[in-house]
Amino acid sequence: MIRTEEMLLNVGPQHPSTHGVFRLVIKIDGEIIKEATPVIGYLHRGTEKLAEDLQYTQIIPYTDRMDYLAAMTNNYVLCHAVETMAGIIAPDRAEYLRVIAMELGRIASHLVWWGTYLLDIGATSPFLYAFREREMIINMLNELSGARLTFNYMRVGGVKWDAPEGWIQKVHDFVPYMREQLEGYHQLVTGNEIFMSRVKGIGSYTKEDAINYSLSGANLRCTGVKWDLRKNEPYSIYDRFDFDIPVRQDGDAWARYHCRLEEIEESLKILEQAVEQFPQDGPILAKVPKIIKPPKGESFVRIESPRGEIGCYIASNGKKEPYRLKFRRPSFYNLQILPKLLKGENMANLITILGAIDIVLGEVDG
Amino acid sequence: MAEEKGLEQLKKEAAEKAKAAAAAREKGAASAKVKEEPAEKAKPSPNQHILDKYVQEIENHLGKEILEDSYINRLSKDIPTLVAKPDTYRKVAELLKYNEQLAFDYLSELHGGDFETHMEVYVHLYSFTNQQAVALKVKIERSNLEIPSLVPLWEGANWPECETYDLLGIRFTGHPDLKRILLGEEWIGYPLRKDYEPYDVEV
Amino acid sequence: MIQELLQSSPGLLNLGIFSLLAVLLLFVVLGFVTYGILSERKVMGFMQMRIGPNQVGGRWALLQTVADVLKLLIKEDTIPKVADRPLYIIAPVIAFAPAFMVLAALPFTDKFQFADMGIGLLYYIAVSGITTVGIVTAGWASNNKYALLGGMRAAAQMISYEIPLVMSVVGIVLLTGSLNLNEIVEAQKNIWYIVLQPVAFIVFLIASVAELNRVPFDLPEAESELVAGYHVEYSGFRWAMFMLSEYVYMFAMASLTTILFLGGWHPLPFLGFIPAAVWFALKFSLVIYLLIWIRVTFPRLRADQLMEFGWKVLLPVALANIFVTALLKELFSMF
Repeated sequence: MIRTEEMLLNVGPQHPSTHGVFRLVIKIDGEIIKEATPVIGYLHRGTEKLAEDLQYTQIIPYTDRMDYLAAMTNNYVLCHAVETMAGIIAPDRAEYLRVIAMELGRIASHLVWWGTYLLDIGATSPFLYAFREREMIINMLNELSGARLTFNYMRVGGVKWDAPEGWIQKVHDFVPYMREQLEGYHQLVTGNEIFMSRVKGIGSYTKEDAINYSLSGANLRCTGVKWDLRKNEPYSIYDRFDFDIPVRQDGDAWARYHCRLEEIEESLKILEQAVEQFPQDGPILAKVPKIIKPPKGESFVRIESPRGEIGCYIASNGKKEPYRLKFRRPSFYNLQILPKLLKGENMANLITILGAIDIVLGEVDG
Repeated sequence: MAEEKGLEQLKKEAAEKAKAAAAAREKGAASAKVKEEPAEKAKPSPNQHILDKYVQEIENHLGKEILEDSYINRLSKDIPTLVAKPDTYRKVAELLKYNEQLAFDYLSELHGGDFETHMEVYVHLYSFTNQQAVALKVKIERSNLEIPSLVPLWEGANWPECETYDLLGIRFTGHPDLKRILLGEEWIGYPLRKDYEPYDVEV
Repeated sequence: MIQELLQSSPGLLNLGIFSLLAVLLLFVVLGFVTYGILSERKVMGFMQMRIGPNQVGGRWALLQTVADVLKLLIKEDTIPKVADRPLYIIAPVIAFAPAFMVLAALPFTDKFQFADMGIGLLYYIAVSGITTVGIVTAGWASNNKYALLGGMRAAAQMISYEIPLVMSVVGIVLLTGSLNLNEIVEAQKNIWYIVLQPVAFIVFLIASVAELNRVPFDLPEAESELVAGYHVEYSGFRWAMFMLSEYVYMFAMASLTTILFLGGWHPLPFLGFIPAAVWFALKFSLVIYLLIWIRVTFPRLRADQLMEFGWKVLLPVALANIFVTALLKELFSMF
């Protein structure tokens, strides 16, 4: 007699496509997924607990290690939260440097996503093209901050280092170069029949679902919600730039792909304007005390990271360490919808769907 | 001769130190000024009317004395903050989601905190339909750490509630799958509690 | 010479000669595999704007693959505790042996060939199918879920793509009137079959890439999905056997494509002074380059899309091609 059996398969924590130590226990019938249970926590380092014993400036390096693909935005969210509480306003030049660094980080992060996503789908070359451009960004940020990945660049009230000579010109030259490359990306991948058939209509959800599951970033915008904190709740100096929020309607992996690539274009627009408006000179750090003690109370701020809405909650009791620090980590929230999306899909789509959410495990686990 | 020079040197150094100290004092004063700023602008927040609207709406539907407190949190970009009681928390949340005037359809953040005398759950909500935000807080007795879950209202509260349970030990009743999401079921204690003692003191 | 040997009565002498010849061919093939892998890495490097191997053995890393093979040979041979031991051990052999067997039927030039069989084409396709048994065996014997899934995918893929592969060459068989590969090459003396049978060529090329389990049809070992598919548990020289059979098949398939569609060793007009072997090598390299190019360019298909494409597109197209070919042949022979 023929008997069929459901099989329990452990995808991860060591698996090439989980982008880190993420584990997914799936029940499969043949290659069809019946049930998926995500297991996380392999990279939990207790950032929030550690932060309770550290001064605010000392916490900044820890934020680098959460979303290590876009550490600049993580740096910023903490500084922004402290600045909001203490009423510190960073000087103009510092804000411009921050925005340039963050937008470069956003492009780098999307490039990594683009490359690894296509690697997941089975195309090897785009990965290398994406990393070639990312390498240039990383080198620029290295010149700025002295680190390639864990920048530890921003400080409460400004930034640590001024731009080295000729750096702004480098960013200026990078913009048209990147535009050209983006065109190449579209020619190489976007029109590819196989790629389209792999991502179109895969992992789609409605606008209501996206909102209900607290998705953010491109995962939310792909369903037609025009929502970007840089525009809707402007922070820093984002209200000085003219840029669009890329939105798609379909809510599938294809829409997310387009949202992210278009976001690179928008970031380039911001970079272009920021470089143009960049103040000739001025301080890069506001006059802040060596030991920062925000007033008693609590504060929650959120900003737009490449992966979505990153937030920082600080409860202070007026001491030099935070009483309670909490990060709203976008990947953690975005990943929640995964079990729902995976039901009834097959193994190959698992990778497509997981990849399209764009998670960073350092951020998921905190 | 050499001694004299040494003395001079010392004097110079002392003067420099004094200067530095003065500068530091000045700086300190400046920072104090910065701190005083929020107190100075005692004029009502631009968001006051929004808070009034929320409170009015809640009072209209659920009656008075539902909220423990309501205020504008000036430190947090003037966000209207509502503090519910543990037994009204769920009702308030429901109203916040389903009332047309409020319609908070997006749960942006949920986490807990240990304030030694009590514990707190902080929820940041946003409404895409009305373009407004609110912070909902609830204080829970440390002796009875139970609170209704928000997952039936916002699916997005699922993992954050698990995380809060994992790190603080607040149990969310009605949660579909409350588990220790980050540390694993075999972990002893709740690390983010202030009375938590790490296993290895040296670390 | 071989023909005479094949017809001579069996004895120790011709056993020795056959063994010697086989070893010789094996070394030729191994030589190809060594430099085939190197050239693939170099070409991929060129296409992906990186350098590729350049350390072991001079600027061109001429000894890179040799070093890699040596490393594989001295690596520890691991066998999972719960694996089906005999099957696990024999699977790489089953996979590799047919890859080598098919080479016997291929005429590389009019002189350099081993067995001139009347049913050479059929022999090739039939024997190459056996490799899949080895792959499925490996997938099953490893007692690993990823390996099992990879093995199942390999079986499904082989069944779906063997048929269009065979169907696409039926047109050629019709035109030549023979399954003998020598005669097929002979028939292309004036005009290559790629001109007469362009549709068949495209179907054949696609199906052959699928048969080779290469991108975009590398589902049995899809790295990002199944980690490494059927050979996930293999290491050392057993793993090398799988790799070897893959590249020997690449060699064989490129040769077959050359023979069937590109006129084998026949030169282009007015260029007859170049030796036949060089012509064959040139066309063969062209096909290899095309295979590498495809690998670098495309993403992977999904299993169900693969099936759909095989059954709903390739097979009907191949059948239509046979029909049209038969029709045209009849019409032309009438006049």
